[in-house]
Amino acid sequence: MIGIVGYGSYLPRYRIKADDIAKQWGMDPEAIKRGLMLYEKTVPGQDEDTITISVEATKNALRRARINPQDIGAVYIGSESHPYAVKPSGTILIDAVGIGPDVHVASFEFACKAGSEAMYLAYSLIKAGEMKYALGIGADTSQGAPGDALEYSASAGGAAFIMGGENVIAEILFTHSYTSDTPDFWRREHEYYPRHAGRFTGDPAYFRHIYNSAKRLLEKSKMTPKDFKYAVFHMPNGKFPQEVAKRLGFTKEQMEVGWIVPWMGNTYSGSSPTGLAAILDVAQAGDKIFMVSFGSGAGSDGFIFQVTKEIDNVRDLAPKLNYYLHENKIYLDYGQYAKFRHKIILNE
Amino acid sequence: MISPRYFREIPQRYRLEAGKCKKCGALFFPPRIVCSKCKSKEFETVKLQDEGKILTYTIIRVGPDKFSKETPYAVGIVQLVDGVKLTTQIVDTDLEKIKIGSKVKLVFRKIQDEGKWGLHCYGYKAVLI
Amino acid sequence: MRDVAVIGIGMTKFGELWTMSIRDIFVQAALDAIQDAKVDHIDSMYVGTMSSGLFVGQEHIGAVMADYLGMTPIPTSRVESACASGGVAFRQAYLEVASGHSDFVLAGGVEKMTDGADVTESLATAADQEYEVYQGVTFPGLYAMIANAHMHEYGTTGEQLAHVSVKNHKNGSKNPNAQFRSQVTLEQVMKSTLVADPLRLLDCSPVSDGAACVILCPLEMAKKVTNKPVKVIASAQASDTIALHSRDSFTTLNSVKHAAAKAYKQSSLTPEKIQFAEVHDCFSIAEIVVTEDLGFFEKGKGGAAAETGLTSFEGKIPINTSGGLKSKGHPVGATGIAQIIEVYEQLTNQAGERQIKNAKIGMAQNMGGSGASCLIHILEAV
Repeated sequence: MIGIVGYGSYLPRYRIKADDIAKQWGMDPEAIKRGLMLYEKTVPGQDEDTITISVEATKNALRRARINPQDIGAVYIGSESHPYAVKPSGTILIDAVGIGPDVHVASFEFACKAGSEAMYLAYSLIKAGEMKYALGIGADTSQGAPGDALEYSASAGGAAFIMGGENVIAEILFTHSYTSDTPDFWRREHEYYPRHAGRFTGDPAYFRHIYNSAKRLLEKSKMTPKDFKYAVFHMPNGKFPQEVAKRLGFTKEQMEVGWIVPWMGNTYSGSSPTGLAAILDVAQAGDKIFMVSFGSGAGSDGFIFQVTKEIDNVRDLAPKLNYYLHENKIYLDYGQYAKFRHKIILNE
Repeated sequence: MISPRYFREIPQRYRLEAGKCKKCGALFFPPRIVCSKCKSKEFETVKLQDEGKILTYTIIRVGPDKFSKETPYAVGIVQLVDGVKLTTQIVDTDLEKIKIGSKVKLVFRKIQDEGKWGLHCYGYKAVLI
Repeated sequence: MRDVAVIGIGMTKFGELWTMSIRDIFVQAALDAIQDAKVDHIDSMYVGTMSSGLFVGQEHIGAVMADYLGMTPIPTSRVESACASGGVAFRQAYLEVASGHSDFVLAGGVEKMTDGADVTESLATAADQEYEVYQGVTFPGLYAMIANAHMHEYGTTGEQLAHVSVKNHKNGSKNPNAQFRSQVTLEQVMKSTLVADPLRLLDCSPVSDGAACVILCPLEMAKKVTNKPVKVIASAQASDTIALHSRDSFTTLNSVKHAAAKAYKQSSLTPEKIQFAEVHDCFSIAEIVVTEDLGFFEKGKGGAAAETGLTSFEGKIPINTSGGLKSKGHPVGATGIAQIIEVYEQLTNQAGERQIKNAKIGMAQNMGGSGASCLIHILEAV
């Protein structure tokens, strides 16, 4: 049996309300909240980045996995906001957490699905018998251009998953990836903010790739949506995942636990991974979980998990996603938010 | 470039690795070559626990250039449960909530950047618990 | 070891000396000291400066000054102990004369802080680079933490800190060499901007340029040229941990206590016998803590002492009649020597409006960083 042995999540404490962003740009806050189904989003502290978020999530994953970090043979971090363009975020994480140096490290990027890729590769190495444990992380401190629609959703957070073959808490039954050249959203080298193609990001991109990856997954596994207790999809806003769930035949009840985006925002590479962490925080033995990510450009990674009774031993060993999502929040106004996110041009 | 200077302090800043004198048990953070208590030169590496309390602190309102955009920020001397004392920022809190005696935990954060082109420099900061 | 005396002094005004370079100010002060001492040569020279390298890019400063004074080939060294560099220069000069190795030695201190260097960053090199400065702490921050601990343990108040600044400005208003000759009120100090809570702008000594020099010689030779020589009856130095956090107490400065114990022993004196003292008030809290650790007041009572006027010009033990670092200015390396100069002027009746009656025994206490080094000298009019 191969799958998740330990998992952990982390969200920063700072928040900004959609109301305050809307007010700043003279938009109607109610229309925004209705249209996007987003109320507030997480904001990273000035001293937080993809690496610090990954470290916290990994420490939580290690608390649950209860393994020697030295036994982890590979560390992959998927993000759209790696602090270095050249120097993998994982090289700093391993020293912070005590993994390695006999370890393979790489950074992944694929818009919002870099996290699920890291998970897929980590899982594959265990499946191939290459090593005992491998770590896959999705984390981001994504940026939305001032005044752009993405400013309401681009947020910060992440989740870490240790894959292994012993004391598995969620077995990975099937995976399927679906990719094509669909230029819905991208960022050119040296540009600070990404660009997107407006409504083209919907049906031709998000919906097509999640739908097809999901369909193939269901065919492979010979399962139907009814077989699953929980489902989570990439969450760029509150609306899209609800819509794709409907098209696939998943219900609101199945989506509820993982649907954390209205208070978290879109943590990009951390999106479906944090949703998965929220589900694992409450899932019981035997529950099946359906997860499909989406990364613009475009592609989707799909997973089918089945929770084992081992989850009862580990669930409470580290803070849960809801703790990070709802406790100890610190609200910022737009000026503080702009300063934190380096949106103000300084005279340097 | 401060790469070598930064690289050498990684075990301390990232993992709180201290030196424990094998002869008299005194803890040194960062580790040393000679024990200032018993003058022995034999040490073992120990990883410090990350919880402690604030012994004294201040709010920096006029900061050095590197930190000038973060003011006002709190800095304090924290005593970890192992007994070791260190200087660290105290973050993610309303400044009024910080008191002498407050319990804290050390977390991994970015401490500073070497300008626009240099290293991102990481280390420990304290959060109230 | 021979007895040593101070026979000549010279210093520039302290302040923003835009038209004078580091060489200009030191040479000026040195020539004045040599003239005052009425000597026709000096045997060696010590130049105390915290960081001529960081402030003006010039190291090897001993050689520079020997050259610009026209005194090559005499031996000259730069000595450094952060803000106690001047004190160290004096001590090294004292030891060289006391040992019999030289007769006339110049001890000078200089700092040129206004030539555009990043002052905060340069001064921060006196703290622990990797474990204090890296974390974002500043010098006001370190002393603010001392202040907070002192307030927490002994109930010292912000107002008591402010009294120190008010007193020092009052004294400095009578010092023609002081950087700030204007007085400040308690309210002005208490309303000034917070720099690092609880320290305010007017609790902190300023950024200054300045140089100060003294000439030392054997006491026997001094007696030949004056019937009121000033004898160095104690010269003591001590060290403590570089980082504030390494200390057992943040409200006691061990380097001060140790140096003081040695100084009192050398001079066979007790704290009550010291009539007046120049102490290192880089921040108002420093003066309070130091006056306690020198034994003038019980631990914890330094604040009340300042508040009730015990350390004022008219008080039981006048502290910083020169105006202290706060009002006189703090060109870092020069401070230690400037303190000696004030004590000397008091003992030789040259202190003008600041003159204490019957001044016989005075102390100068100079300190580096957050107290990692301390120099104490006691001078007596014999």
